[in-house]
Amino acid sequence: MEFSDLIRTGRAQAKLLRGPEAPPLRGTLCLTGHHLLLSPGPQATSELWLLLLRSVDSIEKRVASDSGTITLRCKDLRVLQLEIEGVEASLDIARSIEALSSLESVITSFPFFYRPKGLRLGDAWHFHPPERYYKRVARETNAWRLSEVNEDFSVCPSYPRAVIVPRSVDDGALARSARFRQGGRFPVLSYHHAPSGTVLVRSSQPLTGPQKRRCAEDEELLRAVLLGARPGARGFIVDTRSSQAAKQARMTGGGTEAKAAYPGWKRLHRPLERGQPLQESFVRLVEACGDLQQSTDSWLRRLEGCCWLAHVKEALSTACLAAQGMEREGACILVHGAEGTDSTLLVTSLAQLILDPLSRTMAGFQELVEREWIQAGHPFQLRCAHSAFSHARSKHEAPTFLLFLDCVWQLGRQFPLSLEFGEGLLLALFEHAYASPFGTFLCNSEKERCLCEVRTRTHSLWSGLNQPKERRKLRNPLYAPNPLAIWPSVELQSLRLWQGDPLPQLLPWGAS
Amino acid sequence: MEHIRTTKVEQVKLLDRFSTSNKSLTGTLYLTATHLLFIDSHQKETWILHHHIALVEKLALTTSGCPLVIQCKNFRIVHFIVPRERDCHDIYNSLLQLSKQAKYEDLYAFSYNPKQNDSERLRGWQLIDLAEEYKRMGVPNSNWQLSDANREYKICETYPRELYVPRIASKPIIVGSSKFRSKGRFPVLSYYHEHKEAAICRCSQPLSGFSARCLEDEHLLQAISKANPVNRYMYVMDTRPKHRMQSWWATQKDIGRIIVRISSKIWNDEKIRESDEKKRLNAMANRAAGKGYENEDNYSNIRFQFVGIENIHVMRSSLQKLLEVNGTKGLSVSDFYSGLESSGWLRHIKAVMDAAIFLAKAITVESASVLVHCSDGWDRTSQVCSLGSLLLDSYYRTIKGFMVLIEKDWISFGHKFSERCGHLDGDPKEVSPVFTQFLECVWHLTEQFPQAFEFNEAFLLQIHEHIHSCQFGNFLGNCQKEREELKLKEKTYSLWPFLLDDQKKYLNPLYTSKSPKFTVLEPNTVSFNFKFWRNMYHQFDRTLHPRQSVFNIITNMNEQNKQLEKDIKDLESKIKQCKNKPTDGILTKELIHSVHPESPTLKTSLCFKEQTLLPVNHALRTIEGSNPADNRYSEYAEEFSKSEPGVVSLEYGVARMTC
Repeated sequence: MEFSDLIRTGRAQAKLLRGPEAPPLRGTLCLTGHHLLLSPGPQATSELWLLLLRSVDSIEKRVASDSGTITLRCKDLRVLQLEIEGVEASLDIARSIEALSSLESVITSFPFFYRPKGLRLGDAWHFHPPERYYKRVARETNAWRLSEVNEDFSVCPSYPRAVIVPRSVDDGALARSARFRQGGRFPVLSYHHAPSGTVLVRSSQPLTGPQKRRCAEDEELLRAVLLGARPGARGFIVDTRSSQAAKQARMTGGGTEAKAAYPGWKRLHRPLERGQPLQESFVRLVEACGDLQQSTDSWLRRLEGCCWLAHVKEALSTACLAAQGMEREGACILVHGAEGTDSTLLVTSLAQLILDPLSRTMAGFQELVEREWIQAGHPFQLRCAHSAFSHARSKHEAPTFLLFLDCVWQLGRQFPLSLEFGEGLLLALFEHAYASPFGTFLCNSEKERCLCEVRTRTHSLWSGLNQPKERRKLRNPLYAPNPLAIWPSVELQSLRLWQGDPLPQLLPWGAS
Repeated sequence: MEHIRTTKVEQVKLLDRFSTSNKSLTGTLYLTATHLLFIDSHQKETWILHHHIALVEKLALTTSGCPLVIQCKNFRIVHFIVPRERDCHDIYNSLLQLSKQAKYEDLYAFSYNPKQNDSERLRGWQLIDLAEEYKRMGVPNSNWQLSDANREYKICETYPRELYVPRIASKPIIVGSSKFRSKGRFPVLSYYHEHKEAAICRCSQPLSGFSARCLEDEHLLQAISKANPVNRYMYVMDTRPKHRMQSWWATQKDIGRIIVRISSKIWNDEKIRESDEKKRLNAMANRAAGKGYENEDNYSNIRFQFVGIENIHVMRSSLQKLLEVNGTKGLSVSDFYSGLESSGWLRHIKAVMDAAIFLAKAITVESASVLVHCSDGWDRTSQVCSLGSLLLDSYYRTIKGFMVLIEKDWISFGHKFSERCGHLDGDPKEVSPVFTQFLECVWHLTEQFPQAFEFNEAFLLQIHEHIHSCQFGNFLGNCQKEREELKLKEKTYSLWPFLLDDQKKYLNPLYTSKSPKFTVLEPNTVSFNFKFWRNMYHQFDRTLHPRQSVFNIITNMNEQNKQLEKDIKDLESKIKQCKNKPTDGILTKELIHSVHPESPTLKTSLCFKEQTLLPVNHALRTIEGSNPADNRYSEYAEEFSKSEPGVVSLEYGVARMTC
C-alpha cells in the first residue's frame, strides 16, 4: 500500500490557529505521508510549520458553506485548529489525516525515514545498554553476573538479551525459574545500592496457580539474592496489587510467593492503579483541564474525581517504601505486580531516582529510562498508541510512563536543585513516547525492536536530545550535585498538579 | 503576671501533628508574661506569643500525661503532653487569661520595647505619609480636592481626617450624602489613575428609611463621574452577592426601598450584558412582588455591577472548614479535594480576585471611574479597592508601596483590625479572615507574575504574623479616631520601619522593576490557577515543604553577580589610574598589590560551588538543613516489622540536604 493512496487532496489554502499566544498562520497546507505542512506565502517571513501526523490523537471536522474547520487534538495535549478553504478539500484532508495518523505498521512509520542532518545512524544505540550498567555493578560487588541466557529471546520475550543475575545461579536454573514466572520474567537485578549493599530486584508474578505450585530454582534464585547482599539479610517483596487481587490471580494461574517457600522474604502489598482505570483517570483529568468556564468548586470536584494525584501519591509512596527498605532497613527488595511491565517499573525506577545521585544527572536519567523502561520491556506501542482525546482506544492503553514523569516532576519540584535536567526533558519524553521521529520508543520489547531492525534503521532519541543545542535547553540551570537520597513529602498538601506546558496549550484562543 | 502560676514545666512532650506514630520531642516549657516558650533537648526554641493563641484545649488525660493543644492565629498548631495534670491545668488557665485581654493597654505593643528613643519612634511612624501618597497619585488637582469636612471626625468616625472628594462637591452635599450612607461613610477617593483620569471611590451601602431618594447623594455621584473628563459614565460596584440582597430585601421591605430602586435599575439598563439575563428575570420577579422601582433617570450615567463576595461570617466558617480539612493527617486525595471544595475557600478567593479584575478593567479599558461599596464599606470594599489598585499601579507592588497600600485602604479607611483579628476578648462573630484573604489574593498574583513584585512570600507571611501579634501599634484599634485616642504613636512602635530594615529577607530576586509589560496586571482566573497556599496554612509544618529553596540560590547568585560587577568596576578604575599615572615603578607596584587584598570576595565567589552550598538567609521558611529531630525514619522499623500491614499511611521525614 502506498501513502499516496490515502491522500485524496494533497494541497489547500488554510489558516492555522495554534493557541492564544501564537498568532494565526496562513498559507498553503500540504499533506504528505507522515506530515502536515503549512507553508506561508513567499512574502511571509515565518518558517514552515510541520506536524507529525502520528501525533494526532483525535480529529474533529466541521463544514460551513465554502470552508471547513478541522480541530486536531494531539497526543501531547496540544489543540490545533485548521480553517481550510473549500468544503470538499477540507473533508478530504480530514479523512486523509485520520487514515494516515492511525497506520499500524511500524516499519513504514516516520522514524524509518527520518534522516536529520548532523546525526549518524546507530550513533547512540549503544549508549545505555544493560552491559554498561553491569560494569558499574561489577565495580561495587561481585555477587552478580551478566547472563546471556536470553540471547535469542526464547527464555523471556520481553527481556533484553543480557540481564544481571546472582552469580551463583546458572543459566539452566534461570530458564526454569522463567517458566515459573508470567511471561518468563524471572527476577533480575534492577539496582544495586552500594552504601547498604542491598539490591532492588524485579520480576513478574509467580505462576503458583490454584494448586500452589512451587519452583525450586525460583526459590534458589531469591535465596541467592539475599546471600549476595549479606549473610542473614532480609528481603521484602513489594507486590503492587492488593492482597486480595493477588489471591484472585491464583485462579488464573498467577499468585504470590508463599511465605514458607521463600524464607527471609516478607510480602508487602501496595496496590497501584494500572491499565484502564489509570487511562480513564488521565482522560478525566485532561477533560477537567480543558473546561475553562467551570467554577472553582466544580474544578476541585473534577480534580478529586479523576484521582490522578492519588495515583501520583501512591506511586511515590510505594517507591519511597522500596527505597526506605533498602537504605534504612538494609533489606533487599523484590518488586512485582502481575506482568511486571508497568507498575513494577514505575516503582523500581522511582526508587532509584530517590536513592541514586547518578540517576539524577542528565545522562543517568536517560540511562534509567532506557534500562528500566525501554529495555525492561514496557510495551510502549500498546500503552502509548493513543493519548487522552482519542475515542479509538484499545484496552491496553495506559499512561504509566506519564505517571512516572509526573512523579519525577514532583521530585524536581521538592528538590529543585538536585536534578540535572529540567521540566523540558520530561515534556520531551512525554511527547516522544507517544509520537516521535526517533525510533527509541517504537515497539513493545527488545525482541520486536530487533525484528524491525529499529537500531540500525532509525535514529535514537538520545542522540537527538544530546546534541549540544538541545542539551542546553533541557538542563536545570540550578543543578548542584546532591550525593544524598532525596525523600519527597507525599502529603497531599505537598503535591501539586503538573501543569507543565501541556495544559496552557489547552486554553482556547478567542472566538474561532 | 497575676495570671501565671507555674512558670516552668519540665519533661513536656511536643507532638508533631503530621507524624503517624506518636513520636515526640521532649523539652521544657516556660511561661512568660508575653510568650510561651518550648525548648527541646536539641536546644531548639519554639516561641508562641500569647496574642497569637486562638484556642487552647485540654484533652482527656492519657497514660503519658495531660495533652494540651494550642491553635494559633498564624495557623501553627502545637500539641504538648504535660506529665502532671496540675501543671497542665495551671498553664491552661494562665493561657486562657493571657491570650484574651480585655483592655488595649494590656496588649504586647504597649510593653514592647525595641530600644529606640522617642525621635526614632516618631520617625518610624512618619515613614508612611498618606498625604505624600495622594500627591504621588496626582491629587489634589483641578478635579479633586482635599476636603476638611471630616477634620474633627464629625461626619464619619471611622474615616480618616483627610479625605479627597470631587472639587465640585460642596460641603452640604457631602454632609447630606453621609447621612444617607451607613455609618456616614460617604463616597470618597481611594485611588486616582492619573493616566486615565479615572478614580476608584469607596463608600458604604445607602441607608434607607430616610427617604426614597437622597439628592445630595445623587449629586455626589454625579460629581464623581464629572470629575472624570474622559468618560461620562461611571460604575457602581456592589460587592455583595445578589441572593443575599434579595433575602435582605425580603426582611426589610420598606426601609430597603432605595436599594431596590438602585438594583432594579440595573435590570433595566439597556447596556446590560446578556449573561445577566437570569438576574434580570430575578429582578422582574422582585418587581412583581411589589418591591417597586423608580425612575432610572436619577442615575442616568451610572452602570451598576454586582460581584458576589460573601460576608464575614461565611468567610470565617469557610476558613474554619479549610483548617479542619488540612489539619487531618494521612489525608486521602478525595478527602483533601472534597474538603477544599466544600470549604469554598478558593471560590471566595476567586470572587475577590474577579471583582478586582473587573475594577481594573473598567479603569484601564473604559477609563471609567468606579465606586465600590459593600455593607459598611470596610471589609469587601477594602479588599476590592486595594487589590484593584495593586493590579493598576506597579508602585504598590514594591515593598514600600505595599505598606502604603495597606496603610491607605485598610488602616486609614477603618478596616476593623482589632475586631476582625480578635485582639481583645470580644464578640467572636466579629472575627473574620478578611485581610488574610487579601494577602492570599496577592500571593496568587505573585505566583502568576513572579517578576512583578519586589517582595516575596515571606513578606506577606510576616505581615500576616503581625496583624495578630499586637506587637506593633499599626493594626491595633478599629479606626484612626480610636488609634488617636489610644495615643498609639506615643506609646507603641510602627511595624513598617522594622520590616524595611529587614528588607533583604523580603526581596524577590526575580523582580524586574523596569518591565513595562507589567504596568497593569491581567491575571488569569481560570479555576486551576487557584491553589492551596501551603506556605501560609502549613507554615510551621516543616515536613510538608520543598526541601530546597530556589529562592535562596537565586538571591545568592544575584549578590555574587553584583559583587563581581563591583569588583570589575574597581579593577577597571584602578587600571585607568595606573594608565593615567605612568610614574615610577614603586607606585605601580603598590597599586597592583593593593588590588589583590581588596577583593577577597572575588576570590571566594570564584569558588562557585562552595558558595552556593552555604545557607544564605532564613528569609524563606523552606527547609534546607536538617535536624535529627525531623528524621522520622525509625518509624519504618515498625512498618517493616509488621507482618501484613493493612493500612499504613506513609510519610517521609526530611532528608539531609547539602544546602
